[in-house]
Amino acid sequence: MIHDFSPISALLGGIAIGLAAAVLWSGLGRIAGISGILGGLATARRGDIAWRIAFLLGMIAAPPLLLLAGGSMPTITVTSAPGLLIAGGLLVGFGTRLGGGCTSGHGVCGLARGSRRSIVATALFMAAAATTVFLVRHLIGALS
Amino acid sequence: MRALLTALAAGLLFGLGLTGSGMIDPARVLGFLDVAGIWDPTLAFVMAGAVPVAMLGFRLTRHRSAPCCASEFQAPTRSAIDRSLVAGAILFGIGWGLVGYCPGPALAALGLGRTATGIFVGAMLAGMAIFEIARRRWPWQPKRESR
Repeated sequence: MIHDFSPISALLGGIAIGLAAAVLWSGLGRIAGISGILGGLATARRGDIAWRIAFLLGMIAAPPLLLLAGGSMPTITVTSAPGLLIAGGLLVGFGTRLGGGCTSGHGVCGLARGSRRSIVATALFMAAAATTVFLVRHLIGALS
Repeated sequence: MRALLTALAAGLLFGLGLTGSGMIDPARVLGFLDVAGIWDPTLAFVMAGAVPVAMLGFRLTRHRSAPCCASEFQAPTRSAIDRSLVAGAILFGIGWGLVGYCPGPALAALGLGRTATGIFVGAMLAGMAIFEIARRRWPWQPKRESR
């Protein structure tokens, strides 16, 4: 097991995410799925745009606000290989729109609603991601 | 106005959760996905915190006819396990496994000013745009539903 694993902050962070989903649902009647909120901007009608932007702005503002409030810079270790970043981004963007959701829409909200589609989607993207990591890390061994 | 403030607050809370839990760090996410390596259980704990709370939120509003600041609840209505769902989830999973970013953490990390995050988000937006173009060109189903 990884040595800096902290179950309490993971649970608390998860509770905040669940609360955010509950607030967006009880307040606006919308599912807190990030790919849908973002991708939906492409086809949203007038009156359906502003809330999406407000939500996304709040999300983007959160880490800098934490820093301003005296928090420490969150650790972000991400590959710097442009090819991987671009391939990954394209697949994530296209795949989440085609599949109707991502980790938040299917993984958190969909599972919480007991949606059959979301259970299947979550199982599939988890399995595909784990397989990809296995191939890249252990078979090709190119990246850590 | 109240609707916008509620959306802003929900977004903030979501971003704080992603940051506080460590999910904003792709290395941690890849550590969870790497079942054959040094396994990092963080993502499972995040889900264990998020899903029951969200479930409670959905349950508590079950008998309400409308949300506080909007005219109706907009729950996804489709229930079929179709090819789009399966193909989309698999493509998304491959991309997620390549980098360790899914849409939420990638967007939340934008504000921290990493070049790599910017490249990923740019490509992700391009992927979404390609989807919109493909859907208009080859409409394989009547109307998509976003979540």
